[in-house]
Amino acid sequence: MTLLITVFAAAVCTALWYRTAPKSEMRIGILCWMFWGASLMWLVDAVFEYAELGAEYFTPAAQDMLNDAFLGLSVVALGLTAWIVILLVKDPKGVIRDKLLKKND
Amino acid sequence: MACFIVPATEAIVTTVVSKVMEKKAAQNAAPTVCAEFAHGEIAQAQRTPFYKKLMWLNYMLWGGAFLLAFEHVWHGEVVPFFPFLTAAGDPIERAQMLHEMATAGVAMAVLVTAVWAGIVAVSTVIEKRAMKAAAEQQ
Repeated sequence: MTLLITVFAAAVCTALWYRTAPKSEMRIGILCWMFWGASLMWLVDAVFEYAELGAEYFTPAAQDMLNDAFLGLSVVALGLTAWIVILLVKDPKGVIRDKLLKKND
Repeated sequence: MACFIVPATEAIVTTVVSKVMEKKAAQNAAPTVCAEFAHGEIAQAQRTPFYKKLMWLNYMLWGGAFLLAFEHVWHGEVVPFFPFLTAAGDPIERAQMLHEMATAGVAMAVLVTAVWAGIVAVSTVIEKRAMKAAAEQQ
């Protein structure tokens, strides 16, 4: 479930990046790489778990699924927070800089 | 248990390499080439330098390792006090952790790097095709 939610987040971010490309002032590309990287790593985790459990892997208990879904949503929230922090620190549009500095007339 | 440490270690190495390459690239100006853009427009352009392509790998490795580390905190496998990894305290669990790092951790790093290598290969082909198309039209 965590893998599934992360893959959906990665796909949505990539579509958003393509829509705004090639300008990409919002640095959505960073978010895409982050979610795709995590998806690939969880895919490896899933393969190892499948090798251990077999078909049972696809029929998780309801409570496990709920916990994994909660984790997946938390991962997406954390990824978005990290992206917002990078965006505000890098400030590609200069909004923060302009807000902090007042021009002399 | 601690599989994210392997891609995180690779991320440290690739970040250092990309920073060194970026410094070297800043000293030498990138050559300008003629390329075909969307709708058949021919214009002067600069190819994406390799250090920028290496940054794609950095983002994937750092992002993935960061989110995976969060998952380990969620499951109580990483704690904010010494020895930070709960499995490190017990010899049997430590052996299991090292085995997981050697199998799942290495597989994660290899898969991410392989996917990045594929993306770099495709991007190089796209760049070369654009330059070839421009050369044919001129």
